[in-house]
Amino acid sequence: MTHTDWPLWEVFVRSRRGLSHTHAGSLHAPDAELALRNARDLYTRRGEGVSIWVVPSSAITASSPDEKDPFFEPAADKPYRHPTFYEIPEGVQHL
Amino acid sequence: MTTTPAKDTAVTAAALALGDDALVLSHRLGEWAGNAPVLEEEVALANIALDLLGQARVLLSMAGDEDELAFLREERAFRNLQLVEQPNGDFAHTIARQLFFSAHQYLLYAELAAGDGPFAPLAAKAVKEVDYHRDHARQWTLRLGDGTEESHTRMQRAVDALWRHTGEMFQPVEGIDVDWTGLETAWLEWTTEVLRRATLTVPEGPRTGAWAAGAGRQGLHTEPFGRMLAEMQHLHRSHPGASW
Repeated sequence: MTHTDWPLWEVFVRSRRGLSHTHAGSLHAPDAELALRNARDLYTRRGEGVSIWVVPSSAITASSPDEKDPFFEPAADKPYRHPTFYEIPEGVQHL
Repeated sequence: MTTTPAKDTAVTAAALALGDDALVLSHRLGEWAGNAPVLEEEVALANIALDLLGQARVLLSMAGDEDELAFLREERAFRNLQLVEQPNGDFAHTIARQLFFSAHQYLLYAELAAGDGPFAPLAAKAVKEVDYHRDHARQWTLRLGDGTEESHTRMQRAVDALWRHTGEMFQPVEGIDVDWTGLETAWLEWTTEVLRRATLTVPEGPRTGAWAAGAGRQGLHTEPFGRMLAEMQHLHRSHPGASW
């Protein structure tokens, strides 16, 4: 009753047309087809999605916590990169 | 369509037959909760069970009070197929039962949805759910049949054990006007193809006749069904009218 030999998959769900796929979670499955079905059952059962991607977790290269400072720290004190110097036109959503 | 008293009786009988199929299989699948081989599969089976429960509620409501029908009828008053009351067994048995039933239900509901009878609205909605159930069972049949030696042996054993319950699915039901022979031909063709692709042998045993099972629609059920009903009805009978 173990499924440690089933690989881990990362699930990305697109909630609506026009939005991008967003990471929803991860699951175990023996292959990609069943991973898609498991993702459907686990992450879209309340009508959350119109499209699903599954990706083997092993295919993801993640940044390391050790590299946090060189990676992200330099961006913190550059306020001129933030688009805060203009007014957002009325009626624009998702900006 | 004209509605005569005779027609209403037939519709009630048909609603009971289809509703009981959905209710009983839903309960069987629910028994996997907390026991499934893996968490992901447990949710998948529970989803299928909930789809079936939703169908059962609509169908039983067409025949009377859904709670009374589900919880206060005796075993002999249930009209479900003997196939759906068979115990879960191992995972292969559960999958074989689902494969046989969902393939049948998909074909039946597709035909009902295409018509204009009293079951058309329900069937049109349910057929999409059932299409998924059928696919789920097919995916697992292919993997278990064409998997390891152990999984192949178990899947074949399950297919062989349940085969004699499959003929009953195509006995005409009063109040349901479909081409039963055509359904059976289509079912056999589809099922045979799945079994063959799964490297499984299509059983040679009888699907109808004295050695086949097939009196569920007449209220005759197999022994495990009584125990299942006892568990399913226990709470409602012990605490009449209880609610959450």
